[in-house]
Amino acid sequence: MKSVTITSIRPRSRSDATPAAPAAGGKFYTPYSFWFYLPTAVIYSVLFLVPTFASFYYSLTRWSLFESKFIGLDNFVLFFQEPALVKGFTNTLIFAVVTSGSKVVLGLLLAVLLTSRIVGRGYLRSVVFFPVLVSTIGVGLLFQVLMNPEQGLINGALGVIGIDGPGWLTDPKWALMSIALVDVWKGVGLATLIYIAGIVSIPREYMEAARVDGAGSWESFRRIVLPLSRPATVTVVILSLIGGLRSFELIWAMTRGGPGFTSDVISSVIYKQYQAGFYGLSTAGNVILFLVVTAIVLPLSWFLNRKEVNL
Amino acid sequence: MSTAELVNHKPGRSYLLSAVAIVSSVVVFVIPFAFIVLTAMKDRQQAADLDFTWPHQFQFVQNFVEVVKARDYMLVIAFINSTILTVASVAGMVVLAAMAGFVLQRRRSKWNGFINFLVLSGLIIPPAVVPTIWVLQKLGLFKTMPGLILIEIAFGLSFCILLFRAFVATIPRELDEAAIIDGAGPLRLFFRVIFPLLRSVIITVVVVQSVNVFNDFVNPLYFLPGDQNATVQLTLYNFSGQFSTQYNLLFMDILLITIPPLIMFLFFNRQIVAGMTSGAIKG
Repeated sequence: MKSVTITSIRPRSRSDATPAAPAAGGKFYTPYSFWFYLPTAVIYSVLFLVPTFASFYYSLTRWSLFESKFIGLDNFVLFFQEPALVKGFTNTLIFAVVTSGSKVVLGLLLAVLLTSRIVGRGYLRSVVFFPVLVSTIGVGLLFQVLMNPEQGLINGALGVIGIDGPGWLTDPKWALMSIALVDVWKGVGLATLIYIAGIVSIPREYMEAARVDGAGSWESFRRIVLPLSRPATVTVVILSLIGGLRSFELIWAMTRGGPGFTSDVISSVIYKQYQAGFYGLSTAGNVILFLVVTAIVLPLSWFLNRKEVNL
Repeated sequence: MSTAELVNHKPGRSYLLSAVAIVSSVVVFVIPFAFIVLTAMKDRQQAADLDFTWPHQFQFVQNFVEVVKARDYMLVIAFINSTILTVASVAGMVVLAAMAGFVLQRRRSKWNGFINFLVLSGLIIPPAVVPTIWVLQKLGLFKTMPGLILIEIAFGLSFCILLFRAFVATIPRELDEAAIIDGAGPLRLFFRVIFPLLRSVIITVVVVQSVNVFNDFVNPLYFLPGDQNATVQLTLYNFSGQFSTQYNLLFMDILLITIPPLIMFLFFNRQIVAGMTSGAIKG
């Protein structure tokens, strides 16, 4: 009787089937051993997961690496009372929004330009992308020199056309935005590249159909390229937000958070508190950064991925 | 004619546009790099002017020698350190992530959702600095090269696993089945059959991650402090005192540490593009 039931079962489709036959004893034999995860799991948990969980506890302590004293939420209270630290918090948000916004807009425009029929396309693509691969510290030091208020090349060039350039990195009002500008200069190549990949993958037929229907350049861009490069936009937004919120190297190379603390971000606060030996406070900074990143990136990626493209 | 060419299908316009694009690309992107090269060749006094001029006298070789010799050949040590760090951590990442990505794609289990969640967390969550130092210290790995290598592997794994998982999906399962019928065990199946087929994605991972690790400044700064252990990114601070920055040497140093990524870019342009744009199409 039993064998009859078995034979009457519809065979599972090939892709669902466990590839190898089940061995005797009810245990499935599979060539895809869980042991393959083991080294990855060990390294990842010990050096990433454990510190991440430990940070939640140690952010609530006064900590010297050897002993810790539980002080409740004092570190967080301090973080949001000290003007220097609050400034770091707001700067992080401003920096991330400004840089990722500019990367989306400029990246899309450059991608449309660099997929059109212009002379020197290969050269342009390379030259826009190359800064992505250059050392961030190197770029930071380079622009520190170029943005020098008296001798720098940028203000020199602006002077020629009659504009009195600001003290890019020395003026508290400008410092953060100047760094954001350099960050966009360095990172826009990646956004452009992602958009190019997105645009190139749009089927030609759509464009041809639109053209037959009499759509101009602007309309094809607005109705076809823009909606269909949405996955690229999602990637660019998420990547540059994560990068922007965590950004440290460029800020450290260019201003070290100065003048004063006007261009500090959470990451640079973490480093400064670490150097000063306030390990508990530094870790609290890490927890805040973690919360900020997840609170912004998770809902956003959920929202952006949820909406379907309707052409 | 590609899709986007059809967007701007008026051919007459493109010459003016090209000229504008090329001129602005020169101003925005080429001049800064030319500035690095020119300043690297100047003598100390002229470099201190910070202007964009032709060098009075070329000191390329002399500056090069001075940069290399600075602080007891620190740059040489740093290049050795960076090379060890990059090679070891990228090799580790490739093997471990390929194994994990392979099993993650092939084996359906109730853990898959959780594992995918962990992989994505690795991409998003900023690593907690001081607790990591604390863990390393407990393990006796703080301020050691093996410790930093493991750190780079741990932080880079997520990205690699995603790439490998996507690529393994394109390898037909029939191949696995054939190998198993021929008597291959799990290790043999992976290393003899699957791993060689991953070649193109391995190149992508190697190129992208080695540029990342080579350019990394934060992790060496935190986890491997000390002059003896300097990596190349940290040598940039050799030449910038508060008041007496030696700009010619600084820019020579920037020039030297830009060469490895430049070589990667020239030879592996396509793989870099493939690695960095993965996800753009599928989302």
